[in-house]
Amino acid sequence: MSNEVSTAQPAKLALAWKRFFSPSNRYLSPLLISCVLLVGQLSYGILESYTRTLLAIATSLVAELILSRIYMGKWPNLASAYITGISVGILVRSPAFWPYALCALISIMSKYVLRVHDRHIWNPSNFGIVAMFLLASGTVAGLSIQWGNFVWPMLVIWTLGSAIIWRLRRFHISATYVLWFLAFALLRSWITGDPWRSEISPITGPMYQLFIFFMITDPKTTVRSKTGQYITVSAVAAVEMVLRLHQAVYAPFYALFLVGPTAMLIEMWMDARRARLLVAHA
Amino acid sequence: MKASLTARIILAIVFVGLLATPLAVKQVSARRQEAQEKLNEGQALTRYGFHLQEVSQQAGVTFIHQAPTLDPKLNGIMPEVASMGASVSVVDFDRDGWPDFYATNSAIASQNHLYHNMHDGTFQDVAGPMGLADVNRAGTGVSMGAIWGDYDNDGYEDLFLIKWGKPELFHNDQGRGFTRVTDTAGLPPWINANAAVWFDYDGDGLLDLFVGGYYSENLDLWHLDTTRMMPDSFEYAKNGGRKFLYHNLGKGRFEEVSEKVGIKSNRWALAASAADLRGTGHPDLFIANDYGVSELYLNEGGHFKEAGEATGVGFAPKSGMNVAYGDILNQGKYAIYVSNISQEGVLIQGNNLWVPRDGESSLKYENLARDMGVELGGWSFGAQFGDLNNDGNLDLYLTNGYISLSRTQSYWYDFSRVAGGNSKIIADAADWPAFNGRSLSGYQQKKVWINDGAAKFVDVAQAVGATDIYDGRSVALADLWNRGVLDVLVANQGGPLLIYRNTVSPENEWVELALEGTKSNRSAIGARVTLYWNGRQQVQEVSGGSGFAAQNDRRLHFGLGRNPQIEKAVIRWPSGKVQTVENLAAGKLYNVKEAE
Repeated sequence: MSNEVSTAQPAKLALAWKRFFSPSNRYLSPLLISCVLLVGQLSYGILESYTRTLLAIATSLVAELILSRIYMGKWPNLASAYITGISVGILVRSPAFWPYALCALISIMSKYVLRVHDRHIWNPSNFGIVAMFLLASGTVAGLSIQWGNFVWPMLVIWTLGSAIIWRLRRFHISATYVLWFLAFALLRSWITGDPWRSEISPITGPMYQLFIFFMITDPKTTVRSKTGQYITVSAVAAVEMVLRLHQAVYAPFYALFLVGPTAMLIEMWMDARRARLLVAHA
Repeated sequence: MKASLTARIILAIVFVGLLATPLAVKQVSARRQEAQEKLNEGQALTRYGFHLQEVSQQAGVTFIHQAPTLDPKLNGIMPEVASMGASVSVVDFDRDGWPDFYATNSAIASQNHLYHNMHDGTFQDVAGPMGLADVNRAGTGVSMGAIWGDYDNDGYEDLFLIKWGKPELFHNDQGRGFTRVTDTAGLPPWINANAAVWFDYDGDGLLDLFVGGYYSENLDLWHLDTTRMMPDSFEYAKNGGRKFLYHNLGKGRFEEVSEKVGIKSNRWALAASAADLRGTGHPDLFIANDYGVSELYLNEGGHFKEAGEATGVGFAPKSGMNVAYGDILNQGKYAIYVSNISQEGVLIQGNNLWVPRDGESSLKYENLARDMGVELGGWSFGAQFGDLNNDGNLDLYLTNGYISLSRTQSYWYDFSRVAGGNSKIIADAADWPAFNGRSLSGYQQKKVWINDGAAKFVDVAQAVGATDIYDGRSVALADLWNRGVLDVLVANQGGPLLIYRNTVSPENEWVELALEGTKSNRSAIGARVTLYWNGRQQVQEVSGGSGFAAQNDRRLHFGLGRNPQIEKAVIRWPSGKVQTVENLAAGKLYNVKEAE
């Protein structure tokens, strides 16, 4: 009997781990981003303040609860709103409080307002942050230098992030983007004559970790087909390169802002055309 | 979506409204800025109680700062790595009762200037005959700043020259000339510093000297073995210069004691100043570090304890470039102003105004820069508190602007991508893209924040005449012509030294105190005066260096507002002696000697 117990317990544990790291676990990404926040804050104190980040998270959660109840007629799963709130809380840098609340609110509302065929087409935090960069540049900047420039926190995030993204079957999106970024960085260096390491430099900073692991992989705002995902993320990297040649500081966010919805609309159009063809053939 | 069309329309309207909110905030702010039109002298006097007029040419001051040119390996980013050196410090070197000032130059073979006050509105450069001009010779480095203190208590202020290179100590020979005494003093052979302070940390009546390194002292910036000389992090760098504390042993000799007394840091110090922040009688030391957190060394009777994080000032890393103290709320407590970088759309660090919290058992600060309106000042450098309109509240003058080259092209994009990257990249100058004539936060408008006495500051720079857009570094305040007003000296990198002559509404009155220690150091550095008038009080302290690479006039200037009745001035000398001076009248300068 004792033997049965001893073999059953590891099996149960393994099953629990497998379940936890399964793609259907909606709490994997929130867990990862919480780890990112903890690593950053405990190692370097990256946050403007705890209160500002908590404000962004709270605003995001409350807005999601209210809007989902009113406009969807149901209480929502808050995992995605939590990711939006925490992303805003990390990525937005402002000495003022209001940009955190406003950015979180705009991000969540964008999901309910900017919809095509009942799908939202912008990654919420990407939309909110770009809106703040464009409209409130006097008060808001993005996360850039606040992470110590040292490699160890990045390695922790890359390792953890890659493992979880792999389980969520979205690693190919992140990897494709990274490869394209590196290739385009070398191309930019060749074009501008700037040191190649200065072109590589941005991806070694903290802003990109959130971008790579959370924004471009967002299941709700990426196209469904794997080929489409490869094409989309390559296009994001290509547009980013063009923007970088024009010295846009927040090039990756702008690139995703432009390419993400375009890809979604193309996919919807193609789906609709396919459906029409199927109907016609039937 | 299950909601009705009406509900969706309402949602869309609210959404558009939210998007428009930042634009509305921006519009309001822009309108406020527009309201600050340039005023003529009469209008400025009526509205704000003072007016500044730039008079350097009329005063005979034609000094133009020359920036250093370092090792050619750094040519691509020379504007950035050689972006400091302009400084100004006020001294009455010949004890004639009129403030003089010293301006540093920073190109090899360039001359520093000592401007002697001619009592007629003009100044004459006497650095050459006094032996303080030719101090930037090849092989010895160049000047970055200067501070004055009477280290041997002979009644004449001596000069410590802060350098990227060999620092120098000059003894003042009774106002008739200066003798170089560096070698006998035991100072380090080479530093790359921008910050230094005279203060008597152990209360023995002899001024000690703190020096805060910026670049590592192991680097000869003109002959580099490596280009890996930049900070290894933009906000957590610890590969800067070391700190020195020279204990004055008397007879012109000093002993380096920094580690022995608890000061050890390799952060990139840009500014430092000492003041008794807790009323213990021992001066504390605040260091504003570039690329990192500020440090606050609390003086526990000759030994220091770093309390930056514990007091709240050393938690969030920024780009500290200034330390100025001011009793801005007239409560007998100092707020500390630390300048940082704010660039629209790229980096909003915000300046810090550290105000001590009430009701705490130990010293704690909170940053009230935003609440009080002194947060955003561009790429901020030197700042000083002083009552510019004599209304009884300390105002704040801030200069700014980093590198003004092209009017149309900015280096910010390149700066941000490297600054945010891995330490191996940021630390190597060879990895930084070349400037190619681009600006970095250049051509910025200055800030003159007047204190309304109710915890709010309002910027009136354009209205009162502070309209220059040079790359400002160092600010010093002094009543240059003994008129009972604070004039403003501004040293600009690669630009002219400006003198803003102040005209103050005559209804607002003033009193000034010139202190001289007997048991305490003769410069009275560290003496703390609390002035009581009309039921108000304000505390000021004689400083051995404050702001960025600057030193104000040692004479303390108190604005009093209208119809003042001065009750008394209570002076706590560095020796611990407390002296009360009564029967003070407004409109006078009093010379006060420490009672034996």
